[in-house]
Amino acid sequence: MPESLIIARGLTKKFGDFTAVDAIDFDVAKGESFGLLGPNGAGKSTTMRIIAATSQRTSGTITVLDRDPEEHGPQIRAHLGVVPQQDNLDGELTVTENLFIYGRYFGLSKKFIRAKVEELLEFAQLEEKRDAKVDALSGGMKRRLTIARALISEPDILMLDEPTTGLDPQARHILWDRLFRLKEVGVTLVLTTHFMDEAEQLCDRLVVMDKGKIMAEGAPSELIKTYSTKEVLEVRFGSERNKEVAPTLREMCPRIEELPDRILMYVDDGEALLEEIVAKKLHPTTSLVRRSSLEDVFLRLTGRSLIE
Amino acid sequence: MNSGINVARIRSIGAAYIAEARINQMSKWKGIIAIVAIGNPLFYLIAIGIGVGVLVNQNSGTAGTGGVEYITFIAPALLASAALTGAMDETMFPVMEGFKWRKLFFAMNATPITGGQIAIGVFLAAMLRVAFTVICYWILLIAFGVVTVAESWDVVPITMFAAGGFGATIMALTARVKNEDYFMTILGRLIIMPMFLFSGTFFPLTNMPIYLQPIGWISPLWHATELGRHFSYGYPISPLMLLIHFGYLTIMLSLGLTFAQKIFSERLAR
Repeated sequence: MPESLIIARGLTKKFGDFTAVDAIDFDVAKGESFGLLGPNGAGKSTTMRIIAATSQRTSGTITVLDRDPEEHGPQIRAHLGVVPQQDNLDGELTVTENLFIYGRYFGLSKKFIRAKVEELLEFAQLEEKRDAKVDALSGGMKRRLTIARALISEPDILMLDEPTTGLDPQARHILWDRLFRLKEVGVTLVLTTHFMDEAEQLCDRLVVMDKGKIMAEGAPSELIKTYSTKEVLEVRFGSERNKEVAPTLREMCPRIEELPDRILMYVDDGEALLEEIVAKKLHPTTSLVRRSSLEDVFLRLTGRSLIE
Repeated sequence: MNSGINVARIRSIGAAYIAEARINQMSKWKGIIAIVAIGNPLFYLIAIGIGVGVLVNQNSGTAGTGGVEYITFIAPALLASAALTGAMDETMFPVMEGFKWRKLFFAMNATPITGGQIAIGVFLAAMLRVAFTVICYWILLIAFGVVTVAESWDVVPITMFAAGGFGATIMALTARVKNEDYFMTILGRLIIMPMFLFSGTFFPLTNMPIYLQPIGWISPLWHATELGRHFSYGYPISPLMLLIHFGYLTIMLSLGLTFAQKIFSERLAR
């Protein structure tokens, strides 16, 4: 059993009457990439802030790097790298200055930081922008700089809150590549996301959160195996007819989900089912057979889509 | 685990790292800071000190200003006013930027640095800016022949102390602000402007009807100005009033810093 860097039991956070995090349990092992997947408002960011020793829990227990964040905030934060949801870089300073200043907050020597900055500029592919003012950078570059900044202290755990939200597809792929490299060299990652593809790409293990609770936990492939079928058949009959044909489809398949624009049918052999449908002369306007994803797991667990 | 991180050391001198960062940020504005520090006294001393001064001295001699030239009378007040304005600039804007505009304080607080240390660091950097402003002003006063080094050197630390009390209070007040539009308008137009006019800056406070004098009594600028006059040209103040002036500014300083540290920590922890 690998060493656990984070252990949470019955972790709860309330804001007045509202329970943001509702008695959750989880462990994060050293070297693992752990994800919190859920829609906006599921309690992911609050959980991250409790782990990062910046927000105090209401009840339950949590240890981070063998310490209680309520009592040992600075000691814990000394060994975490935090990438918040919104980049909070200093836009008036240059790329290098931002890295440098941040390193000083950890009390690191100027000599150490100077060497580290070179390494991080290369990692973040920002060498050419080293003297550029941060306000002039693109969204993807700012994100990479925020990640580089979080790595300046060589943290034991890198915390990423929605690392690619708001980025274009190309910028996301560059970022995933960078994070994958960190994972390869054994950095423990804790990340939140509401993108299932991101969770599948980056997480060894994840918890699905909704309304402050953990709905399920496991490796992405395990979750798909447990909570969904091998394949999904998506059919569209046009918004008018979807409702009309749904009862017939329901008889043909043990589990279907009616979404506003399409019907999802959960089976192990999608092509075979599609042939049956066509044989009944139902003729969908479009059809698609695909592998199950974490989106289907979420739909199964909560009855709602991840991104609405 | 990065063994180069000494948490005990950060716990004791973390505020200095924040001050270092703030000075780094201020250095981006060094041109403007220098122009304000030199231009402001230059314009005021020429326009009010010499221009208005001639008018005052021609009409009433030195009777209205307690026996000194008008420029001598207003110089400590202008100095205090510049110091307090500088202190406000460096406590209000960085705090808005830290909590709201760029959320820089949240980045600082994701490291071993605490909310209280951020408050102290911002304050220390503000005091450095005030020191620069006050010293520039003082050198100009000497150049204009308004004061001499020997009799007025103690005005520099005393004015800085007053600006510190005011800056600490502004920092604590700003730390709670969610909607800066209201706050800055009210502070600028309804507090700072009247404070400048009714704190005995341009004429003795006692020239005002008694019901307007309390504006001066509660104004840190009046206390700073009275002390400045006393220490620059020996304007007489009773020991009791000296105690009141110092006491008032000390209370502002200690309450301001205490509350700022508390509010910073609470707002960062949400």
